[in-house]
Amino acid sequence: MLVLGLETSCDETGVALYDTERGLLAHRVYSQIAVHAEYGGVVPELASRDHVRKGLPLIREVMEEAGHTLQDLGGIAYTSGPGLVGALLVGACLGRSLAWSLGIPAVGVHHMEGHLLAPMLEDDVPEFPFIALLVSGGHTQLVKVEGIGEYELLGESLDDAAGEAFDKAAKMMGLPYPGGPALSKLADEGDAGRFSFPRPMTDRPGLDFSFSGLKTFTRTTILNCAVDGVLAEQDKKDIAAGFQTAVVDTLAIKCKRAMKQTGVNRLIIAGGVGANRMLREQLKVTAEQLKGRVYYPRPALCTDNGAMIAYAGAQRLNAGEVSDIAVSCVPRWPMTELKPLASGN
Amino acid sequence: MTESNPQTTGQIRLTGEDEMVSFAGRMSSILTGGGLVFLEGTLGAGKTTLSRGLIQALGHTGPVKSPTYTLVEEYDLPDGRVCHFDLYRLGDPEELEYMGIREYLTDGTLCLIEWPERGRGVLPEADLAIHIDDVGEARILNWQAETDKGAQWNRQLQQLVKEWQE
Repeated sequence: MLVLGLETSCDETGVALYDTERGLLAHRVYSQIAVHAEYGGVVPELASRDHVRKGLPLIREVMEEAGHTLQDLGGIAYTSGPGLVGALLVGACLGRSLAWSLGIPAVGVHHMEGHLLAPMLEDDVPEFPFIALLVSGGHTQLVKVEGIGEYELLGESLDDAAGEAFDKAAKMMGLPYPGGPALSKLADEGDAGRFSFPRPMTDRPGLDFSFSGLKTFTRTTILNCAVDGVLAEQDKKDIAAGFQTAVVDTLAIKCKRAMKQTGVNRLIIAGGVGANRMLREQLKVTAEQLKGRVYYPRPALCTDNGAMIAYAGAQRLNAGEVSDIAVSCVPRWPMTELKPLASGN
Repeated sequence: MTESNPQTTGQIRLTGEDEMVSFAGRMSSILTGGGLVFLEGTLGAGKTTLSRGLIQALGHTGPVKSPTYTLVEEYDLPDGRVCHFDLYRLGDPEELEYMGIREYLTDGTLCLIEWPERGRGVLPEADLAIHIDDVGEARILNWQAETDKGAQWNRQLQQLVKEWQE
């Protein structure tokens, strides 16, 4: 079945074409970062309008690249939550109405389920069950995945998400928001041992995270180092390195604990922070210590994209799941409310 | 800070996260009947920690996640609804209209708003504006009542500060 996937939950417009026989045929992502940069943040209404503007041209591009026409489609998948409601509605309206006009089924997909299943788009596919670390600007979760739609939340951030902590620490150092990737770059040239950043919540049992304290520690360190309110370049690099190492260590310690606790030694990394090189390297070592393996999608499929929505939607459509004709979105939607894939079709 | 007037302003010094959470818990029994509370202070000052103390004392048992990414988190609690906003990522105050801000600011809802300066011009006047300053490990909370309701809260907060310091 040829499935068109639409992702519009936040500030990226993602469109992809996935075929259940041939795999991922084409995908395009339009990032709105430049649109929002002049405001220094995300502007939800602008995001919606930009999704409206980019949706159809991206669909045309993807179809053309794959050498298909809309008439070849067997189904359409769109992100129906969680996310910004205005942004979600654009993708849902577009996907649902296009499917209706073509007389094919459509299905709403959970954004985080898309991220969880993104590694399935690569050649090296992990077997169920596996442990997933979802790390992005909005989420930090450890999930046990028994199968499609069978998710057990093992732990999550009690306050800031890991990506949010990166962005905020970067902001404190005067990097433009969102500055997580810029902070990682600085960290490459820094001495991670100069400042002893804490490893929050690793000294007690459990799989929850807390990154808010690291933000406070960063602020105090900056205040102690700055001369007349200005940080020396080397201080910036050392603080960035200390911060990044603390976040990565904390994530790795909890992943190891989750794998030991469940006896599952396959680990997948998904979400925007999953593109962080140091995190990838460290989790590879962690998994190997447990005679396991780590799987991650290519960086372009770690951040928001339409391919993961097309894949997750194709699995659900293939099992006979269809969303009804009404356009609906769920801005807040716990992943544990998802149902296992219907057996057989 | 404007000149201090005991009718409309108050202050307390708190040391460490536990004290902040515990004081916020005591505040929760004062900030009743809904209203608008601004939480000001730089990144890492403790705005979300204060909110967590308040929301959990009002009966929420799960984590109080930072609303930075989602802009707002809602809690339906036994004594009424609490909406926890973080306008940090808001590009333009006008966006609040598109978010349906007026629907949140209804009677009986307690709205806690971090980074209210990003919503200036669209947000109405706060009942109580709390500013958090950090001084090493300690945090100093300065608040200012802007409405009659805020002034009433302030009187009770003054009493709480007295009890707290005894």
